[in-house]
Amino acid sequence: MLTIETLRAFGANLEEALPRCLNNEAFYLRLVRMGAMDKNFALLNEAMERNDRKAAFEAAHALKGVLSNLALTPLVRPVSEITELLRHQAEADYAPLLKEINEQHAALLALIRE
Amino acid sequence: MLNSHERFFSVNGKRRILVVDDEAVNREMLRMILEDRYELLFAENGGEALTLMRDNAQLLSLVLLDLMMPVMNGFEVLDAVRSDDVLRRIPIIVLTSEKAAEVKSLEHGAQDFITKPYELPEVILARIRRIIELSEDSAIIQKTERDELTGLLNSEYFYRYVEQYDLHHPGQSMNAIVLNINHFHMVNELHGRAAGDALLKRVGTSLIDVIGRNGGIAGRKAGDEFLLYLPDTVDPDAIHIALSDVAVGSGRMTARLRMGVYADGDTSLEVERRFDRAKQAGDTLRSNYQKFIAFYDNALHEKALLNERLTNEFDAALKEGQFKVYYQPKYAVQGDKPVLTSAEALVRWDHPALGTVSPGVFISLFEQNGLIQRLDRYVWTAAAEQIRAWRDAFGVTLPVSVNVSRIDMYASDFIPFLAALTERCGLRPNDLYLEITESAYTENSKQLMETICALRELGFYIEMDDFGSGYSSLNMLSTIPIDALKLDMHFVRNMETDERSVRMLELIIDIADYFHVPAIAEGVETESQMLTLKKLGCAIIQGYYFSKPVPPERFEAFIRERRPSC
Repeated sequence: MLTIETLRAFGANLEEALPRCLNNEAFYLRLVRMGAMDKNFALLNEAMERNDRKAAFEAAHALKGVLSNLALTPLVRPVSEITELLRHQAEADYAPLLKEINEQHAALLALIRE
Repeated sequence: MLNSHERFFSVNGKRRILVVDDEAVNREMLRMILEDRYELLFAENGGEALTLMRDNAQLLSLVLLDLMMPVMNGFEVLDAVRSDDVLRRIPIIVLTSEKAAEVKSLEHGAQDFITKPYELPEVILARIRRIIELSEDSAIIQKTERDELTGLLNSEYFYRYVEQYDLHHPGQSMNAIVLNINHFHMVNELHGRAAGDALLKRVGTSLIDVIGRNGGIAGRKAGDEFLLYLPDTVDPDAIHIALSDVAVGSGRMTARLRMGVYADGDTSLEVERRFDRAKQAGDTLRSNYQKFIAFYDNALHEKALLNERLTNEFDAALKEGQFKVYYQPKYAVQGDKPVLTSAEALVRWDHPALGTVSPGVFISLFEQNGLIQRLDRYVWTAAAEQIRAWRDAFGVTLPVSVNVSRIDMYASDFIPFLAALTERCGLRPNDLYLEITESAYTENSKQLMETICALRELGFYIEMDDFGSGYSSLNMLSTIPIDALKLDMHFVRNMETDERSVRMLELIIDIADYFHVPAIAEGVETESQMLTLKKLGCAIIQGYYFSKPVPPERFEAFIRERRPSC
């Protein structure tokens, strides 16, 4: 179940995120659900599959913004990293980062579905 | 401060903000933070944003703009806004997570940036409030600083900016220029107010162009008057040509601009004074159809000062009797000997400080400012009383002619005044001849014609003055009522050097003959002139040949002379 406690356990930085929502917990939870459904997760994966680094960058960057606002730290970290790499079109092994992002995303979705 | 502007800038008491971000979470977060205080609009991309901005241009206090968006990114939106006259007035705060983008967005015209992830709501609200306040203050200043129609500075701010300019560019030679559109009121009358406004706008735009290319400052004073402060490296002539092209516009109207220039002026002189002088120079061109640029010079200034002084001192002068009425004799010359037949009353000004001020200096001045009416009535009264005095003293009624200006004739009590005057002095109306200049006739005023006819009905004797200087048509001559024709002095002055003048004299004297009225020649100085005129059939001669205008006491000698031959 998605609650403040489970999110805290997940690793979200509530001290940072709640003030942005004027400390309205229900509102924050609603936004987290919205964020979890963000189509850019899928778009990022699709773009990486076709090796379209530009589209991947845009998707990653958008996600970074949303996830940072929601202070979903476990996701923010890898998304930020991949954003910077993609910004410079770096030749790197993106697979581990992508894996981490997808795992954390799945975990978040699991919380919501329970 | 924010509250006092609410009247002008808010809807339902709340100002309106547009939030542009492609991510729903971000939009929702901002909604949460802002919706209590502001009315909100949302857009998901740049295209939508621009559409909403245009539709709400008058009501938007601020735009929060995300930089990274698909299709049209934030920078493209900023650029589109900056190049749009209406949209550029709306302040934009950029939402960005990139440090590099912060400066870039300011360079593209954003007022401020808010970082992502968002700062504390209080911080966001404070930044928004501050930007809105700054923008509204500057809008108010802009509103009061500038003339709404043309966008130019209004005169107060113009002068202040000129002062600033001088401080920042010491030693740069500048021209102070005042521009007017000749007969602008006619433009409005003939083509309508909208066309007049359009013309003013075109001139304004041209001036903005001029200063854009050359530096300097432009402003608009009321009506059709424009102010320009330009480096003197720019040739005023070139400016005039460029502006004249603009003024003609679609070609339907031929508006003409006149320019008065106070060149490379004395910057120690107050700004307003420098432009006053430029204006004085420009005013001399008011009715000049050939000259369009005039430069101020000191002689002009001296004249203006003198005119000012004469006008101010008129009242006292009239009261104290500084105006003296002199008389110049007119002689009938067709007989064997010239016979005194009448006199012309002429006014002199014996100013205590300035000495004798010639009528050439003050008559046209007073005709322009209307004081001529009081002066003329003073002269008519003096003349009428003088005729009576001479009659009492010598038993001779010598008619005296007095000058009547056009303005005099428009006064509603003009005829009653004259009638009462002659009656009070026990005179017949035709003892006081009225000299009316030809241009009054050719002005084609129904009212003037009616006045002249009414005068003649009452028995007044009308002399048409300066005949030949105006534009009488031949058929007009057959309908106008006159009792004498006074030839323009120009013909007499040139008669001995210019064949045509003699021909003209002949012709005019013939015309007078045809209408059975005497022709009177003025300005006759020599015997040969007198004899020639006599030969041509001129009935009456006036001029230095017989006598210059003299005070009444001296004039009596002429009357005494005449008495034996009566």
